[in-house]
Amino acid sequence: MAQALLTIENLNVRFRTPTGNVHAVQGISFEIDRGEILGLVGETGCGKSVTGRSILRLLPHPGEISEGSIIFDGQDILALSEHDMQQIRGKRIAMIFQNPATALNPVYTIGQQIIFVMKHHGVAKGADLMESALRLLDDVGLPDPASLMDVYPHQLSGGMQQRAMIAIALSSNPNLLIADEPTTALDVTIQAQILALLNSLQHARNISILLITHNLGVIAETCQRVVVLYAGRIAEHGEVRDIFHRPHHPYTQGLLAALPNPGSRGDALNVIPGIVPSGLDPAPGCGFAPRCEHVMDVCLQRRPLFSKVGPGHQTACFLHEKVDRKEA
Amino acid sequence: MIAIILKRWFGDRALPSIEAGSTIWFFRKDRVAMVSLVFIILLTLIALFAPALTPYANEGLGEPNLANKFLPPSLKHPFGADSLGRDMVARMMFGARTSLSIGLFVVVIAVLIGAPLGAVAGFFGGWVDEIIMRVTDIFLAFPPLLLAIAIAAALGPSFFNAMLAISLTWWPWYTRLVRAQAISLRERPFIEAARGIGVKNLTIIWNHILPNVLTPVLVQSTLDLGSAILTGAGLSFIGLGSQPPTADWGIMINEGRLYVLSGRWWIATFSGLAIFLTALAFNLLGDGVRDATDPRTRGAG
Amino acid sequence: MSMNARPHMVEVHNLSMEFVKRDRKFGQQKQRIRAIDNVSLEIFQGETMGVVGESGCGKTTLGRCLLRLLEPVSGKVIFDGRDIMALSMSSLRPLRREMQLVFQNPFSSLNPRMNVLKLVSEPLRTHTDLRDKELAKKVEDLLIEVGLNSEHMKRFPHQLSGGQAQRVALARALALNPKFLVLDEPTSALDVSVQAQIINLLVELQQRHGLTYLFISHDLGVVQHISDRIAVMYLGQIVELAMSEDIFNSPQHPYTQALLSSTPVPDPDSGSERIILEDVVPNPANPPSGCRFHTRCPYVMDICRKEEPRNYSVGEDHRAACHLLTAD
Repeated sequence: MAQALLTIENLNVRFRTPTGNVHAVQGISFEIDRGEILGLVGETGCGKSVTGRSILRLLPHPGEISEGSIIFDGQDILALSEHDMQQIRGKRIAMIFQNPATALNPVYTIGQQIIFVMKHHGVAKGADLMESALRLLDDVGLPDPASLMDVYPHQLSGGMQQRAMIAIALSSNPNLLIADEPTTALDVTIQAQILALLNSLQHARNISILLITHNLGVIAETCQRVVVLYAGRIAEHGEVRDIFHRPHHPYTQGLLAALPNPGSRGDALNVIPGIVPSGLDPAPGCGFAPRCEHVMDVCLQRRPLFSKVGPGHQTACFLHEKVDRKEA
Repeated sequence: MIAIILKRWFGDRALPSIEAGSTIWFFRKDRVAMVSLVFIILLTLIALFAPALTPYANEGLGEPNLANKFLPPSLKHPFGADSLGRDMVARMMFGARTSLSIGLFVVVIAVLIGAPLGAVAGFFGGWVDEIIMRVTDIFLAFPPLLLAIAIAAALGPSFFNAMLAISLTWWPWYTRLVRAQAISLRERPFIEAARGIGVKNLTIIWNHILPNVLTPVLVQSTLDLGSAILTGAGLSFIGLGSQPPTADWGIMINEGRLYVLSGRWWIATFSGLAIFLTALAFNLLGDGVRDATDPRTRGAG
Repeated sequence: MSMNARPHMVEVHNLSMEFVKRDRKFGQQKQRIRAIDNVSLEIFQGETMGVVGESGCGKTTLGRCLLRLLEPVSGKVIFDGRDIMALSMSSLRPLRREMQLVFQNPFSSLNPRMNVLKLVSEPLRTHTDLRDKELAKKVEDLLIEVGLNSEHMKRFPHQLSGGQAQRVALARALALNPKFLVLDEPTSALDVSVQAQIINLLVELQQRHGLTYLFISHDLGVVQHISDRIAVMYLGQIVELAMSEDIFNSPQHPYTQALLSSTPVPDPDSGSERIILEDVVPNPANPPSGCRFHTRCPYVMDICRKEEPRNYSVGEDHRAACHLLTAD
């Protein structure tokens, strides 16, 4: 089997705050293959955004990667110098964010921003620059690219801004695109367009996408595999169909059952009692135990190991424990 | 210093306990600000207990002791004696009283006038805003010095009049500061919620707007304390503020400058140093408070 | 059941609301943006009326106009038999006890400098003589009703989770025993599992107190779960209004159909045909002629560009504004 494009092994990230260390990510491991769309889903505090930023070593101030390894295309990301890291950022791994209005520089035109990035990464030179930029804008479905080059971000709608951001991200033909809640701030009809765009671009360029979101619907419609995070740890991962139709982890089950759907009208929605732990002093044992309706004694004592519950489908839960070599 | 006291007093109401706690945590890490704070606390204590701290209290108040005229610094008189033989240490201590009080009064009056006006202007907008801002602009146009001269000419020079003059030129800054805050606050949902509940406008300003502008006002007033002291000393220096025999660092510099060239350096120098250090301390303290409360610089230290 | 038989909580007649955009440049015309244009609807006592639409459709403005937190430029709002537009400000104030607004982001709708006790008691201190012990007792009762307790009273908003903060906002809204609540995206800022808790709570409170809800949201799944009837808005107008099931089973307006099809479904096998609209959202200051939706409508006809469609009745309690419906 071909080597995975990105391999994350036992990633641990913590934030030093006045009240103590917040352990945002507690030992996460997963892989992204070439040409696949992997979903990273979870609610607030699960560590999905932090994970995405860790890959590019873009953690905000009091955060630091305390343990683990990130191997991208054979290179150890965490061992690179800042200079070498800048060859990767934006060039081989690109990132798009939730709010395009703040991610784009308001005082430069779209054209200036794309060309600047292309120049910086040595993608094209001279006359080719303009041509490449126009082609790129067309690829992302922006109408009339020639006039758009002279337009400022605030003159565009949210959907178009997001397309512009995608264009900039793809300008250097990266191998991996990290999309951090790319459609959360957009209207539903625009979201549908952007997701369709991401899908088609992925096919055309064979890039891998790490899609980070809290929206299960988006995951179901866009991703091939999905990793479900809870409180800094992986609860379950597998192919999208398996996760949605045969969820094994109580958290995944609870999450899916809490979604309002056409059949739920009139019934009370399934509720997961309690709240997400803060990450300040992680208790020993399974992170979900305090809220789990199937909790057993062992759940409070040790962290569960991953158990295989189907082809490519694993869950970290004592209910399904068969010993597998990897610790959750 | 006032900032810290006010913070603790308003603690339950204005600054949520955890926020005050972590603010103080950030502040403690800032060595420079801590040193400044200590300096100011010491200075305040000295000012408060001056009479008890020196055997020359009456000289501090102004009583001459001609036998000690121009005594250079010695063990008995560490800062020497001035042109009337008064012990300089005592004079300095009493001078601290004057300087700190002028700083305090000016800032308190400026905030008490300026902040509510700014809140009202910013919250209501429209013609209320226009009127208040035009009045503010008028007062902003007066240089403190010129106003002080005018008031002194009209009412006679005194500590009180100097204070009045400075306050009149100081409050507009707070109006502007609070107005800007109020304008951004009034669009916030919790203000809309208060309106939805049916809370009256003035009550909204009192309960919702003012507590939320407290932090920038606190930072600004700490910085201003230093500037007010400087300005006050400046006015006294040219004779428009405290009058002799009151101990005042500005007056002391003025008195002492005549004797510097003839070798009696200690009269002007120590007073000048005192003003410098005090103003500096308030400035650094203000910076420290700002850094500790500004969410962007917190934790970057 | 005919519409006349059930008592109306709120009647809206031809309501219009304009925002005037002040432009700093000299000589430029002030832009008038019609946030809502000639909107009429009625809300029955005890029902939940859902309002869906994307950004710029006017749903938020509608909610606020109903409470007269914004002044409409024309039209009437009859609340419980009284024309609230005709009232003076001082007679309006006591009426505020009966209608309340719950906001999307609980953290910005709660004064960060006030603790829970102060926040929830504010309506009581404004409108009643309750003080001290009695006040605290009433606040405690309200907190218990929303699923919190007295230990939360001394806390400040930033010490609460999103769900807890929203419960506090609800407790505050219920303090004066209102009859009508406008809920403006009350769960949009919350995680899925917390959203389920709040939705269940809202349903419970409605049953217990006989409340009438106007539930504004962009999330169709949530709206459909909780609403009895739904109004779909586009660019300041209601394009369709029907019972919840009818909106989902037989949407008549092309925009409603597009909206439904764009919403991602958390089911990887749903594979429904997507109606992708063009990303040309019209400028609200200069809406399209005739039917406002005609620039994006897949079924556009000549008449759509010239004439605004009337409301056509397509069944019991189901109306839509579309020229296609006259063809029948």
